[in-house]
Amino acid sequence: MDKKTAVYICTGCGIGEALDVDQLSTLATSECGAAICKNHASLCSPEGVQLIKDDIAGEGVNTLIIGACSQRVMYDVFNFEGAILDRVNLREQIVWTHPAKDEDTQMMAEDYLRMSGARMKAMLPPEPFKPEQELSRDILVVGGGVTGMTAALEAAKAGYNAVLVEQAEELGGFQKNVTQNVVFPFKEVQANEIGKLAAAVKNHEKIKVLTGSKLEKLAGGPCLFNATIKQNGSTSEHPIGAVVLAAGWRPYDAEKLDPRFGYGASANVVTNVQFEERAKSGAVTRPSDGGALKTVAFIQCAGQRDPQHLPYCSSICCFTALKQAIQVKQQDPGANVFVFYQEMRTPGQGEDFFRKAQNEGVIFVRAQTPEVLAGGSKLAVEAFDELLGDKILLDDVDLVVLATGMVPATAFGADYKAKQSDEDKKNDMIASVDSIYVSDILNLEYRQGPELPELKYGFPDSHFICFPYESRRTGIYPAGPVRRPMGVSSAIEDGTGAAMKAIQCVELTSNGMAVHPRAGDTSYPEFFMQRCTQCKRCTEECPFGAINEDEKGNPLPQPTRCRRCGVCMGACPERIISFKNYSVGMIGDMIKSINVPDEYDEKPRILVFCCENDAYPTLDMAGLRRMNYNAWVRIIPLRCLGSMNLVWIADSLSKGIDGIILLGCRHGENYQCHFIKGSELANIRLGKVKETLDRLALESDRVRFEDISITDYQKVPAMLDEFAEKLVEIGANPYKGF
Amino acid sequence: MVDVETQSILVVGGGMTGLTAAIEAAEAGREVYLVEKNPYLGGRVSQLHQYFPKLCPPYCGLEINFRRIKNNNRIHVLTMAQVESVSGQKGSWDARIKIEPRYVNEKCTTCGKCAEVCSTEIDNPFNYGMDKIKAAYLPHDMAFPFRYVIDPALAKSAEGQTVKDACPYGAIDLDMQAQTVDLKVGAVVWATGWTPYDAKRLDTLGFGAYPNVVTNVMMERLAAGNGPTKGKILRPSDGEAPKTVAFVQCAGSRDENHLPFCSSVCCMASMKQATYVRAQYPDAKIYIFFIDIRAMDRLETFYADLKKDENVVFFKGKVAKIEQDGPTKNLVLRVENTATGSLNTINVDMAVLATGMQPNTSIAHQPTFAQRDDYGFIASQEVTPGFFSAGCTRTPINVSESVQDGTAAALKAIQSIVRR
Repeated sequence: MDKKTAVYICTGCGIGEALDVDQLSTLATSECGAAICKNHASLCSPEGVQLIKDDIAGEGVNTLIIGACSQRVMYDVFNFEGAILDRVNLREQIVWTHPAKDEDTQMMAEDYLRMSGARMKAMLPPEPFKPEQELSRDILVVGGGVTGMTAALEAAKAGYNAVLVEQAEELGGFQKNVTQNVVFPFKEVQANEIGKLAAAVKNHEKIKVLTGSKLEKLAGGPCLFNATIKQNGSTSEHPIGAVVLAAGWRPYDAEKLDPRFGYGASANVVTNVQFEERAKSGAVTRPSDGGALKTVAFIQCAGQRDPQHLPYCSSICCFTALKQAIQVKQQDPGANVFVFYQEMRTPGQGEDFFRKAQNEGVIFVRAQTPEVLAGGSKLAVEAFDELLGDKILLDDVDLVVLATGMVPATAFGADYKAKQSDEDKKNDMIASVDSIYVSDILNLEYRQGPELPELKYGFPDSHFICFPYESRRTGIYPAGPVRRPMGVSSAIEDGTGAAMKAIQCVELTSNGMAVHPRAGDTSYPEFFMQRCTQCKRCTEECPFGAINEDEKGNPLPQPTRCRRCGVCMGACPERIISFKNYSVGMIGDMIKSINVPDEYDEKPRILVFCCENDAYPTLDMAGLRRMNYNAWVRIIPLRCLGSMNLVWIADSLSKGIDGIILLGCRHGENYQCHFIKGSELANIRLGKVKETLDRLALESDRVRFEDISITDYQKVPAMLDEFAEKLVEIGANPYKGF
Repeated sequence: MVDVETQSILVVGGGMTGLTAAIEAAEAGREVYLVEKNPYLGGRVSQLHQYFPKLCPPYCGLEINFRRIKNNNRIHVLTMAQVESVSGQKGSWDARIKIEPRYVNEKCTTCGKCAEVCSTEIDNPFNYGMDKIKAAYLPHDMAFPFRYVIDPALAKSAEGQTVKDACPYGAIDLDMQAQTVDLKVGAVVWATGWTPYDAKRLDTLGFGAYPNVVTNVMMERLAAGNGPTKGKILRPSDGEAPKTVAFVQCAGSRDENHLPFCSSVCCMASMKQATYVRAQYPDAKIYIFFIDIRAMDRLETFYADLKKDENVVFFKGKVAKIEQDGPTKNLVLRVENTATGSLNTINVDMAVLATGMQPNTSIAHQPTFAQRDDYGFIASQEVTPGFFSAGCTRTPINVSESVQDGTAAALKAIQSIVRR
């Protein structure tokens, strides 16, 4: 692309009063290679925008540098078809945060203009990824229970083909063994409608139902997946667009329970799951001899909310116990039915169902550690009743039902890490390694492992409250109890939501666009393979496992799996990975364009690399509140701090920049990085630089990582000023002037 | 030819559910109108300090969602707008939207000159009236759309002209009138959310009468850096640091006289707020008075962790009455200990009422045809073909579940407009 660059400087919102705009204009022409430079008192006004449009039309301008407000605002106004554009944040990050008509403020603005000039020189318009293979728009659903059937049916109703893989011979999953259930809004026990759902799925022309089948291999990426499915001894291959993982759950193994629950000590102690099996054949009777149930005790939280067993709450067992208790009452209103509970958990309108059980005569005993006494043929339950404040003994119990919890199907199988080669392990492993259980569900042909990484307790759930469908494998959306413990109604919601995300993934990917969180981004990383040294950093560090490897260790990028965060670009020591509009060289050129005064000017320079999602808005909000911080900083937003390449630190220090600070998101257990590991990786890389700096007798305090959240705008100015003071204390960078 | 008008989706409510429904549908290639009654998107979550269980700020996810809107020209956002009427059927709905005057047009640059000259102050709705703001104001730091609002009282006052004259960009239009927009859409998602139950109706708990009794939504603002106390949790009566704080669960919820249902988020919200108190006051004594602690699924571990704090007392019992000690304005809680049956008296510096979620559909007139349950929720996803209810309109749920529900509703809406 032949660039014709124009620089436009807005003098509104205080910019004109604070800065020497003429000086900036001169610099635009002399240093940024701008053919045109114009000012306007209100560039975002229709007249200001027209000025730009006229130059695009009349002067053939196609590269725009707009010095005005933050890129986060007026985005719709400064949006010009066919031109590439950069925004220089003169307002929030210069004039609103620094003294007007001040030499240092002016130098800051000039540097930002230079940096933008360097950026635009290196920038190319992105070209969407268009593979040669045909793109599939079909949705693969793994698991034929409530969640999976719903996902397939809802996708089909929206016009997409679905392939449904179920290992059992019949659809239905766990729920096909449940005759009666209670669903939102939790009013009555009713006949389970799973059969209707299964019939609708089987009869839908857009759904290919493969029961008794297994997903043997899933290779490729969104719109380019190839699913190898084995059914009745033969295998078939299916091109797939996106995947819903609805593999469901298994009951917690009651054999592992504490002996106080009495499981195994009497035939009359069963789990809530075994109760369902018994209810299937009509009236529930005493397991030992088929006698009628006169006294039944339900014991909640059996091996749940217990660090020794399942530390979490399975969230449906209270409803299940209420339902089963009502079922017993309905088969014999004279039966004595007790529910021993720790906390009754019936949120929302579910409270109605709790009241219904009370009205049906079910007796509730709040007790933390009830004990089942199974001596001989007699069964009893002893508990400290918190409401009575006394010990109670329930004698002659015919049936004890234990509320065991849900374990996600993804929690089974060996840990993949254990299977990794010794060579992989000794490779200076960078970030915390994901746990992946070889659960034999997806069998991904991915370099980082065959299944989704777990978040906690074997659930491959999202870690993002705002984005519950975010998984760490692009285009594969976990749903239902495999994601978190949930009941039928939630699973239906979840299957529908996951189908939505799968459809969206197909729509975006087929247009060469990224999915969340950079939805719509058409750039993607390109690898200059001739210089690759097979170091495997990119393949190991990609938070989404997007890069495979050939047998020689060469990366095999899968662009449709890519989230465009640039972690690979930051990881690569050979700097062979770049985006058309974002590259190591481009940021390097921006750093090199900074004018670093010599030591005697006593004007240190601080480079700030910040996350554009959180730290950058924080700095903008500090501006909105007209807070002040030193004018020595030069801020460069990054797609993710994980895209920070260490060469930038070297570039900065050899240029004489005195300090470098990274403003990134919290990492660790409650990480906030939207690319999972970006800030953690940046911090680890920085740690390595510190070692090197110490070796070179260049103070490692010159580089720093700070956790910052988007609401830390009250703190960020002090953070930057304190760092500046520290640098003064250390003294000037000895490389200055070399 | 695709008929763009009837192929589009109307999402009513710009809180977490509606925002999600709109963006998810738009990112799948659909045209969406998003109608929000506040001057900004984000709803209740934008007023939260942190989310449970990660204790991360809602602004972070909102920033991403707002960027998704910025990058997607298929979403048409109407703020200060409410649906006056809606009727029709699957594939063809007529909605009449009333847009209140903002008195500020799209020329606003948020430079703040109007606020500088404005002397009129109003109760700050963003902080539940706990402080004042200028009557020419930006609703909050990350307001989206990023544009000022002029309060109607200022617009009609003599000072209105002064404020208008201070704007260098001609962005203030004091003659702006309410306008009505008629939309023809193919599907509707109704996600109008909730209102905190009016704590004044809990007459024994002293809200409104005693300054140190606050509600859980107010507590979020007290802890937030952009709240009335700049994030310091202080007693409203004297601005002192509280040494003992009581969280009163089920204040109105699970109560036949108020909200018979469980609002489902208040246990987690109060436990989260206990961590706010703890972060600021390492020695403060915290009481949580509860019936059942409802920490569902993995949220249980948040509860387990908080129980390790020796100065957090989980007290099973219902607070029957709150009284005020006149001179100190300290609070005296009468609590029935359900475990022992005894009546306890507990003195605290401050009490936080975990007031529940009242569905806005129990208050508002629209939509007329949708059947409400006993509590005012529209408790079915598909109200009628092509018209869907989502989020806290359907059932009281947390943020993550709202996003889940909004995403599901987006697909249902798409299905009802898809051309086969």
